Amino acid sequence: MAEPMLQVENVHTFYGKIEALKGVSLEVNRGEIVTLIGANGAGKTTLLMTLCGTPRAASGHIRFEGRDITQLPTHEIMRDGIAVSPEGRRIFPGLTVLENLQMGGFFADKAQIEEDVERVFSLFPRLRERHSQRAGTMSGGEQQMLAIGRALMMRPRLLLLDEPSLGLAPLIIAQIFQIVEEIRAEGVTVFLVEQNAHRALALADRGYVIENGSIVLADSGQALLANADVRKAYLGG
Amino acid sequence: MNEFLPQFLQQLINGLSLGSIYALIAIGYTMVYGIIGMINFAHGEVFMIGAYVGLVTLTAIGAAAGLPVWLLVVIAVLVSVLVTSAYGWAIERVAYRPLRGSPRLVPLISAIGMSIFLQNYVHLAQGSRDMPMPDLITGYLFQHEFANGFTVSMSNSRALIIFVAIALMVALTLYIGRSRMGRACRACSQDMGMANLLGIDTNRVISFTFVLGAALAAVGGVLIGLSVGKINPFIGFVVGVKAFTAAVLGGIGSIPGAMLGGALLGITETFASAYLPTEYKDVVAFSLLVLILLFRPTGLLGRPDVEKV
Repeated sequence: MAEPMLQVENVHTFYGKIEALKGVSLEVNRGEIVTLIGANGAGKTTLLMTLCGTPRAASGHIRFEGRDITQLPTHEIMRDGIAVSPEGRRIFPGLTVLENLQMGGFFADKAQIEEDVERVFSLFPRLRERHSQRAGTMSGGEQQMLAIGRALMMRPRLLLLDEPSLGLAPLIIAQIFQIVEEIRAEGVTVFLVEQNAHRALALADRGYVIENGSIVLADSGQALLANADVRKAYLGG
Repeated sequence: MNEFLPQFLQQLINGLSLGSIYALIAIGYTMVYGIIGMINFAHGEVFMIGAYVGLVTLTAIGAAAGLPVWLLVVIAVLVSVLVTSAYGWAIERVAYRPLRGSPRLVPLISAIGMSIFLQNYVHLAQGSRDMPMPDLITGYLFQHEFANGFTVSMSNSRALIIFVAIALMVALTLYIGRSRMGRACRACSQDMGMANLLGIDTNRVISFTFVLGAALAAVGGVLIGLSVGKINPFIGFVVGVKAFTAAVLGGIGSIPGAMLGGALLGITETFASAYLPTEYKDVVAFSLLVLILLFRPTGLLGRPDVEKV
């Protein structure tokens, strides 16, 4: 089998003296949707951000497309094929929707930005309607769309999503998960961190379960959905 | 007709030219604060260095070179902008960047240290006495004598200050509002970590704001030096505090606020020294600051962003 696109090997991450990740290993293959589920504080966001280099892994290795990126500065990691829609969305509230997208395409030339903005607008027509509005004044769902759209502007080969469903209405959640599927269909690999375990596992090819900073289960999405322990802990029985 | 109108107009002109200088320097304070949340107390010294570089440049060329006056001024301003920008860049690199991530008080102390260092460095190199700036810009843009014998005038050097300051502020506003780098500055001031996650080297954006602030202060330094006719190593302190006041007055972090605050402070100060004993001008200027802070702590144009969480 070919080498995995993203390979995390025995990664430890600390916040001060607290060990947030205790030797995590996982793999994401090209073209997959892989999800990481777990309770609050289990280390989901820490793992995702460690991939981006903030915080930096204290030990272990992270390889992206064969290259060891563990010690690279964040801006270099993010400039070559990885993009993130982080926890809390973190859109730039004082910039307009269009300016937020342009920030995602910071290193692209004008023609490419125009092309990619068009692509994001066709994925999220709401953003087109609101292109000149200040992003901070939009609803949570619209901000989430913008955060994903901004990440897509970076033309990632691997897209990292941190709880895109958090705090959103069910209808919007369904819409966002459908778009994640579309994004994958366009050839982008997706690594999805979620508390909404049911939806995430239903969408994902494979899933990992994290507890107290360690991966405790790894299987296909369907198998995890059927797993008795997972059902009990994350799917309400 | 009484003396009020000519007096008023004259003070308005004087206040505007002083305020333009405050505004140019206040922009440096406000941009740096907006992006890394610290007060760069060495910025006043950057302004002073700008004035000295201008003086040294003019001395080096010498009036004997026979160049036209406008060319001399342009060369002095350009050289000063280049050299002073390098100072601005180096100050951030040496005194602030190594302290990034430490508690807020730490870079502040470093800034005060840097300010004292720069002041003494110029003091040692150039001496503490007033140095005369060549009287290059002479004459008046206009002089109007009222029927009652009072005159209102605007000297060319004041006119130049106002004109250049306004032109630079318009250019800066367009640049920050429309250019790619300006957008990155605004994004960084809202969420630096996120800009980093978009692949942007945020250290470069920070350096850029220091360079830009220093360049504007350099222009202010050369022009005010030419207008007043003398400089010394201590001008940076007072002007720096005033420009900082202007930035807070307008709302620190807001570029239009710095411009408004600068103009307002300059005009208030000139009027105070015209209608009250001169010693009161600083009392009035800083009373204005206290009042604004009491009743509008975010300054005139500073306002928290409307955010939905």
